[in-house]
Amino acid sequence: MIALSDYLTVGAILFGLSMAGVFINRKNVIILLMCIELMLLAVNINFIAFSYFLGDSAGQVFVFFILTVAAAEAAIGLAILVVLFRNRRTINVAELDSLKG
Amino acid sequence: MNFDMPNFLPAMPEMFVLGMTSLILIIDLFLNERTRVVSYLLAQATLVGAFILSLSLYSGNAELSFSDTFVLDPMAGVLKMAVYATVFMVFLYSHSYLRERGLFRGEFFVLALFGVLGMMVLISAHSFLTIYLGLELMSLALYAMVAMQRDSRTASEAAMKYFILGAMASAMLLYGMSMLYGVTGTLELTELSRAVQQTQGDRLLLVFGLVFLLVGVAFKLGAVPFHMWVPDVYHGAPTAVTLFISTAPKLAGFAMLMRLMVDGLPGLQPQWHDILVLLAVLSIGVGNVVAIAQTNIKRMLAYSGISHAGFLLLGVLSGTPEGYAAGMFYAIVYTIMGLGGFGMVILMSRAGFEAEQLEDYKGLNQRSPWFALMMLFIMFSMAGVPPFIGFWAKLAVLQAVVSANLMWLAAVAVIFSVIGAFFYLRVIKLMYFDQAREQGSLKPGADLAVVLSANAIGILALGAFPGALMALCLQAMGA
Repeated sequence: MIALSDYLTVGAILFGLSMAGVFINRKNVIILLMCIELMLLAVNINFIAFSYFLGDSAGQVFVFFILTVAAAEAAIGLAILVVLFRNRRTINVAELDSLKG
Repeated sequence: MNFDMPNFLPAMPEMFVLGMTSLILIIDLFLNERTRVVSYLLAQATLVGAFILSLSLYSGNAELSFSDTFVLDPMAGVLKMAVYATVFMVFLYSHSYLRERGLFRGEFFVLALFGVLGMMVLISAHSFLTIYLGLELMSLALYAMVAMQRDSRTASEAAMKYFILGAMASAMLLYGMSMLYGVTGTLELTELSRAVQQTQGDRLLLVFGLVFLLVGVAFKLGAVPFHMWVPDVYHGAPTAVTLFISTAPKLAGFAMLMRLMVDGLPGLQPQWHDILVLLAVLSIGVGNVVAIAQTNIKRMLAYSGISHAGFLLLGVLSGTPEGYAAGMFYAIVYTIMGLGGFGMVILMSRAGFEAEQLEDYKGLNQRSPWFALMMLFIMFSMAGVPPFIGFWAKLAVLQAVVSANLMWLAAVAVIFSVIGAFFYLRVIKLMYFDQAREQGSLKPGADLAVVLSANAIGILALGAFPGALMALCLQAMGA
C-alpha cells in the first residue's frame, strides 16, 4: 500500500524540480513553459492524493478545472512566445533584457 | 442524487457581463475600421449596465449561492462597482491612444471585459475553486493584453515575463490551496475557517500552505519581494494597457487577500499578521527608495504602485474591521490616483511619441498651465499631502496600524513616505522650474482633457469631503 506521504513526497519533488528549472534555466523559454506545466501537475498529484485519502471528491473536481485552465494557459503562453520570436528572432531567456532600470 | 437549482440572482452582473462580452466578440467580426466605435460604445454600455445591476442588488447582508462557492456581500458590491467605474475611465482614457497606434481593435475591449469578469468572480469568490478560476480568467486576459501591440519588442518581452512569473505565482497559490485542502478536507471558505479553528496541535502544515497562498497574493498585488514583474510590465506594455493593469486588478487583489485571510483563515491570524508586516515594510521601503532612481515615469509610477501596495497591506494586517475598511479605502483611492498618473502619460503622448521619460515633463507649466496644475494635484495626492485624497487614505491606514499597537510600523511607513515624497515633488519641480525641451502648447483631444481634469479635480474634491467614501467602506466591512 502506497501511503499518502509517498504521494506528497512525489508532488513536492516535482514541484521543487520545476521551480528549480524556472530559475536555473537561462537558455530556452519553451523549457520555462514546460516547467510551469510540471508545477501544475505536481499540484494535481497533491489534490488527487488528498482527495482519495480524505474520501472527498471536491479535490478531484478541482483537478479537472486545473487541467482545463492549464491548457488555456499553455495556449496563451505559446501565442506570446510566437510574438516574441517574430519580434526578436530569439527565444533565449538571457537575451530578454531590454527592460531595465 | 438530487440537483438543486442554484439562486442565480446574486450572479446577475457576472452573467450580464459574460453575455454582453460574448455578444461584442461576435458583433466585432462584422465591423470595419470606421464602425469599430460600436464595440467601444457597447463595452462602455456593458459596464454601465453592470453597475446598475450591482447597485440594485446591493444590500447590507451576505448572500451565498452555487453551493456556497459564490457570495454577494456589501464588500463585493462596493468593490465591483469600483471596478466598473475604474474600467469605464480606462476605456475613456484609452480611446484616442489606441486609435493613434492602430490598436483600436475589438480584442482590447473584449479582453478587458473578460478581465473584468475574472475580477468580479474573484471578488465574489467563496471557495478556493472560484478564487482560482477568477484569478486565472483575470490574469490570462491581462497577459494577452500586454502582448497586444504585436510589433513592439518591449511589449512582447514584458508579456513573456509577466506570463512566466504570473503562471508561477498561480502554481504556488495552488500548491498552498492543496496543502490547506489536505489538512482541512474542504475548499469552501467558511468551512475552512471552522476546520482551521478546530485543528489541534500541529499547525505546521497549515502555516506551510498559508505561506504559499500569500506568495500568490503578494505577487498579484505587486508586493516586495514578488514585485520583479511590476516595473518591467508597466514599462513595456502600451500605456493604455498599463493603465488597466495598474488599477482595477489591485481592487481584485485586495478582495482576494480579504477572502483568503479574513474569510478563510482567521484562525491563522497571528501567522499571517507577521508575514504581512514583513511584506508591507519591504514594499514601502523598496518601492519608495528605488523609485527615486528611475528616469522613466512609467517605471517610477510602478515603484510608487509597489509602495502603495505596502500601505494597502498595512490596513489589512491590523486585523480589525476598521483596518479592513481603511485598506479598502486605500485600494479605491489608489486606483483613482493611478488612473490620473498613467492618464497623464497618455495625455502627454501622441502618435509616434510616448511621453515616458521624466524629462518630457520639463517645463510643462509653460506649455500648458492647466495640465501642469492637474499633474500637481495627482502627484501631491500620491505623496500624501493634505488636502488631497491620498492624505486621508494614508491617515486611515496609519490609524489602523496605531490602534493595533504597532507604533514602530507606523513610524517606518511615515519615514519612507517622506523619502518617497522626493520623487513626486521632483516631477513638480521639473514641470514648474525647468525649461521646456520642446516648445508649443500641449493640445490634447477634448475627451482626454475633460476626463483627466475630472479625475484630478475629483482627487481634490474627494480630499475635501472624504467622509462619504470612508463611510461606504466602513459599512461594507460591517464596522
